[in-house]
Amino acid sequence: MNTYTEFVDGAQASFGGDEFIFVEVATDMDLEATLRVIALTDSVAAAEISGVTDICPAHVSYMLRVDPDIRDPRDLLPILAEIHKQKAKDSKLTIGSRIIEMPILYQDPWSHEVLMRFRDRHQDPTSTDLDYCSRINGFSSAPEFIHAHSSRLHIATFVGFMPGNAECYQLVPSEMQLQAPKYVRPRTDTPDRALGFGGAFSTIYPVQGAGGFQLLGRCAAPVYETKKPFGPFEHSTVLPKGGDIFQYRSIEMAEYEDIRSRVEAGTYQYRIGILEFDLSQFREDPTGYPLTLVEALP
Amino acid sequence: MITVIQPGLYTTVQDRGRFGFYGVGFPPSGSMDLYSSAVANILVGNPANAAVLETTFVGPTLEFERNGRIAVTGATADITIDGVSIQPWTIVEIKKGQVLAFGGISAGVRNYLAISGGIGVQPVMGSRSTYVASNLGGVEGRALLPGDRLEVLADSESRTNRNRFEIPEYLRVSPMPHHVIRIVPGLCNYLLDPQSQQLLTAETFTVSTEANRTGYRLTGHQLSFIEREQPFGAGSDPSNVVNLGYPVGSLQAPSGTELICLMRDAVTGGGYATLATVISVDLDILAQMKFPETVLFETISMEAALQLRAERGKRLQSLVELIDAVT
Repeated sequence: MNTYTEFVDGAQASFGGDEFIFVEVATDMDLEATLRVIALTDSVAAAEISGVTDICPAHVSYMLRVDPDIRDPRDLLPILAEIHKQKAKDSKLTIGSRIIEMPILYQDPWSHEVLMRFRDRHQDPTSTDLDYCSRINGFSSAPEFIHAHSSRLHIATFVGFMPGNAECYQLVPSEMQLQAPKYVRPRTDTPDRALGFGGAFSTIYPVQGAGGFQLLGRCAAPVYETKKPFGPFEHSTVLPKGGDIFQYRSIEMAEYEDIRSRVEAGTYQYRIGILEFDLSQFREDPTGYPLTLVEALP
Repeated sequence: MITVIQPGLYTTVQDRGRFGFYGVGFPPSGSMDLYSSAVANILVGNPANAAVLETTFVGPTLEFERNGRIAVTGATADITIDGVSIQPWTIVEIKKGQVLAFGGISAGVRNYLAISGGIGVQPVMGSRSTYVASNLGGVEGRALLPGDRLEVLADSESRTNRNRFEIPEYLRVSPMPHHVIRIVPGLCNYLLDPQSQQLLTAETFTVSTEANRTGYRLTGHQLSFIEREQPFGAGSDPSNVVNLGYPVGSLQAPSGTELICLMRDAVTGGGYATLATVISVDLDILAQMKFPETVLFETISMEAALQLRAERGKRLQSLVELIDAVT
C-alpha cells in the first residue's frame, strides 16, 4: 500500500501510526482551504463514524484519531474519499460562526516585564516587541500598528496546540496582512491571557508558560477557565472554536481592571454574536464586508 | 484512602487517557506504558480503564488505610511493604496501616501501581488522567505531593485467593538499553530529503536527557529537508509547515538537528513537519527508555502495525484467562 492516498479534490491522506489519519488539504495558508477543512470535518462529525474518537481541524489540514480496537483505520479512507468527493462539488464557502469581542490592553505592564526579561532571545534586543512589529510592518509608531491590529477582525483558523489556544488570521486585504517572525529562541515564560503575534497569526495565550510569539498586550478576559464555569465556560473549559471571529478591542487600564474584577466575580459577560461568514463576499470586498460582521455583536 | 508519605520524583494518576478533546487542544494523557498499566489493572481485578499511579525513576512511599490487593508492573524496581521485599508482576495483599515503598530502578523508567478498586480522583472530561500543563485531572492537576490523600474506589472483586499467581515471563515487559522501534511513514514525510529518509531507519538514535511525558528528544544525526519555496504562513525554516495536528507518537525534527517523538502530554499541533509515527505498541516500549539508551527505527506497514496491536490485545486477554483459571 502506498504511503499517501490522494482524494479527488487533491487532498492527501496518510496514517499517523495505527491511531491517526492525517489529511493535508493544502500546504499554503489560505482561507478557502480553512473553510474547506471546517466543512469537511463537519461532514466527518455528522457521519458519526464508529471508532473515530477525535476530529482535529487545523489551518489547511485535519487529523482524525481512531480506536483501532473498534474500527480498522484503513476502512475510513473510502469513507473520507466519498466525503471529499461530495464537498468538492459543493462550491458553498460559508460557515456558521460567532463574533466575540476580546478586550485587549495593548502595551500592558505584565507582558512588558516578561518581554524585557527575554530580550536576548529576540531579533531586536534593543527594541520592544510592539516597536519591532510596528517597524517591520512599515508603521512609524506603535499606536498605528495597534490600530491596524485592533480595528480589523481576526478569524480562528486553528484551535489547538494547548487547550484554549486559537491561532487567528486577520480578515484584511492581502496587502494589509501584518506579519512578524517568532522569537529567535522561545521564551520560557509568558503571562496568561497575553496577546501574541507570530507569522500571520494572533493568539491569546490560555495559560502562563513558554511561547515564541511577539507579545503585544494582554486580554482582560480568559480563553480557558477550569475553576469558575461562568458564561461561555458553563459547557466548555475553552472559549474559542474553529471559525470564530474575534474583535480585539483596544482598552485602557481602568477598563482592564474593571473587567478583571468582573471576571473574578464570575459576572463578566462576553459580547458574542452569531453570524454566517461568507468567503466569497469577503473576497469581493475584503475591506467593507468584515465591517458588516461587527453588526452581529449584541 | 492512601496517604502519600513521599511522592517520589514525579508520580501522577493516569488511566487510559482522555478521548474527544484533542481537536480543541487537549492531548490524551494517560499511562505512558499502556500495556504495563493494563496488566496491573487486570492483576488486581480492575476494569481496564481504572486509574493507576505512574511513577518516574523514583516511586512514592504510601500508607494504606484499607486492606486491598495491589500490583506493580513496568520498570524493574525494588519494592517493599513494611521493609519486606515484594514481587512485581503479581498480586500482593496489602493490609490497613502497611507502608508500600519504591526503591531504585534497575531497568526502565516508569512503574505502574494498580490498587483494587482503582484510584478514585474526580474524573475531568471523562478521564482521571493528570495533565499537568493545564492543571487538569489527577490530584489538583499536578504530580503527587507529601501529605496528599488518594481515595480508592470500592473493590467490586470478590475473589481474594490470587496471591500465588505470578505472570509468566512472556507476558511481562523487559526494558532494555536498545530497542527497535517501529514506525509508519506518512504525514509530511515527503518533505524529508531521500538521504535523510534512509538515515532515519539506518542509524541508531540516542534518547536524550530531555525525555518526559511531553516528548522524547533523540539525538545523533542531522536530518535535512527537500528544498522548496516555503508555503505562505509556514515560516522560513525548511522544517516549518503551516501549523498542523500532531499525532501522539509522531516524529519531528525542528531544523533537522534532533528528533522529537511526541508523547501522551504533547501539544496537539504546531509548525514542524511530522515525519512518521511510532506505532502504539512500541510507544509503550519507548516510554520505558532513558538517556543514553538507543533506538533503531524500523519502517513497517499499517497492516503490520495493526497486527501487532491485535497481538497485544490477545496477550492481555490471555492474561485475563490465566487469572480466571487459577482463581
